Amino acid sequence: MTLPTSSSGNPANRRFVLLCLAIGVLSIAAPFAFPAIVKQLSIFWVMVIVAYTWDTMGGQLGYNSFGNIVFFGAGLYMSAIVQIAPFTNMRAYTAAGEQGEALALSMGQYLGGLAPGLVAAALTGFVLAVVFGFIILSLRGHYFAIGTLALGIFLAQIFANWEFVGAGSGITMPEFPGQGRASDQNKSILFYFLCFGLASATIVALRWLYSTRFGLAINAIRDDEDKAEAMGITTTRYKVVAWSVSGFFLGVCGALYGNIVRFVDPEETAFDGPGLGVWMVLMAVLGGKGSLWGPLIGAVLFHLTKELLWTYLLGFQNIVLGILVVVIVVFFPEGIMGWVRSRWPHMFGESVDLSRQAEASK
Amino acid sequence: MTALLDVRSVSKSFGGVSANRDISIDVGEGEIVGLIGPNGSGKTTLFNSIVGFHPLDKGSIRFSGREITKLRVPRIAQLGLLRTFQQTRIYSKMTAMENMAVSTPHRGVSLAGMMTRQSREVTEKSEVLLDFVGLYSKRFLRGGDLSFGQQKLLEFAMALMNEPRMLLLDEPTAGINPTLINGLIDRLKRVNADLGITLLVIEHNMRVIMNLAERIYCLAHGELLAEGAPETIQSDPRVVDAYLGAS
Repeated sequence: MTLPTSSSGNPANRRFVLLCLAIGVLSIAAPFAFPAIVKQLSIFWVMVIVAYTWDTMGGQLGYNSFGNIVFFGAGLYMSAIVQIAPFTNMRAYTAAGEQGEALALSMGQYLGGLAPGLVAAALTGFVLAVVFGFIILSLRGHYFAIGTLALGIFLAQIFANWEFVGAGSGITMPEFPGQGRASDQNKSILFYFLCFGLASATIVALRWLYSTRFGLAINAIRDDEDKAEAMGITTTRYKVVAWSVSGFFLGVCGALYGNIVRFVDPEETAFDGPGLGVWMVLMAVLGGKGSLWGPLIGAVLFHLTKELLWTYLLGFQNIVLGILVVVIVVFFPEGIMGWVRSRWPHMFGESVDLSRQAEASK
Repeated sequence: MTALLDVRSVSKSFGGVSANRDISIDVGEGEIVGLIGPNGSGKTTLFNSIVGFHPLDKGSIRFSGREITKLRVPRIAQLGLLRTFQQTRIYSKMTAMENMAVSTPHRGVSLAGMMTRQSREVTEKSEVLLDFVGLYSKRFLRGGDLSFGQQKLLEFAMALMNEPRMLLLDEPTAGINPTLINGLIDRLKRVNADLGITLLVIEHNMRVIMNLAERIYCLAHGELLAEGAPETIQSDPRVVDAYLGAS
């Protein structure tokens, strides 16, 4: 990240605004231009959100978390409970499992459950991150990474054994009201814009956060935590806040994802550590950790590759994905944006200022 | 002269190695004090003890009359007692300007206070201080892209940015081009005289420390060996023995 050190960045600012506008217009037009793949497009924004929120920890703070999936899954389940429990007997509903009928609601009930569900999911992600943060953010480096890995497994096991939410047989989210293709399309469009909105909110919020002195402090912790402490930065609270911001957006993101896929399996949908939990790391690393556009670029490339592989190379997709990971790590260890930055540093304002050379060298 | 830093009978051992044994030193407000001793004599351990990097086995440390023995590292730094590192530590992926901006004093700064953009004064002060150490033209480069000596200077500028009352400098001239060392001594003296920052300096370069310090402590084998004015220390037979290895 670069500081706004000079006000001469007007052309760059204009380019930035134009780029954002272009992305915005494309994103709003996309579901109408490609009605057949609206669901995939929604999931693309989910990918963007998980990549950005992972980068807050892994890229900006320097804490490689394999446990961010926990907030995603917990938010998803919290939203499921808020959306289902007020309208039916939760225990009987989940006992019926995948074979049972999905909960049918009126539009008022559906939206009346979804809205508080999303809020509850956000709070769940936030609170869990604060609690887990105080417990394991005192670990550093690899120890933290392993600790977070354990968190993911721990929560997946809890939900896979909790009868109230269907335990191992999962839970079916409420049916979107209405019938036929028009209704399906309405649902897809609604969730597309919720995902797009959340992704935009996440990116704007994180961009703002990184532009403040808080952003500088977490970068300092990433580069040298001992030094940061020696300079008077009380690091724990910064780490906890960074993680809880991640948790907040991930919670909502999980809730949206659950509603999009409809059937929630504890280990394959909610706490999919080996899948989504790893993909979020991959996308951020591929695009460039700790850069503003990196996670977005990573998500575009990854989601495109993944969808194409699933379509044309089904059966081999994980092998090809594995090869892709190796190629990224070997040839672009700093990710695409990291590679661009080390190749053209002046584009990022890294240059020697010779205007006062005579004075400086006296 | 009142003692700004008062170290009383500090002991610290690591396993069977006694790194500091019953060491007492004091540094008065506005003084420049040197700390010398052969490799492994316990100088850096003493620094670590003072800034709260590890708990003490025995002894107490007071800063500005306040007991700080049990305080943690950031808390002590916020009181204005700051150290630099022997293996220079800067934030390598941040630009020199960002390194400076994040080094403002953190005393009493709330989390909400950190959720603001940096002020123009911070930018200006960063530029002035980088100019002071001769890094102005390199201010948009990343810390990790600077040479070792430049990183050392950046670390010094960051310490000044923090507005400390006292600086513990761990070998400030190590790795710095000999032609720049005189300039650095001059800057350290100016910081002391103009900004009133008290200095406690670990240094291996005898010429530097004899030029800089008003008073010197010498450690050997974890114990305080001698104390006195530079001339006294230089001619003290015990110090000469410790350095030359004859005993």
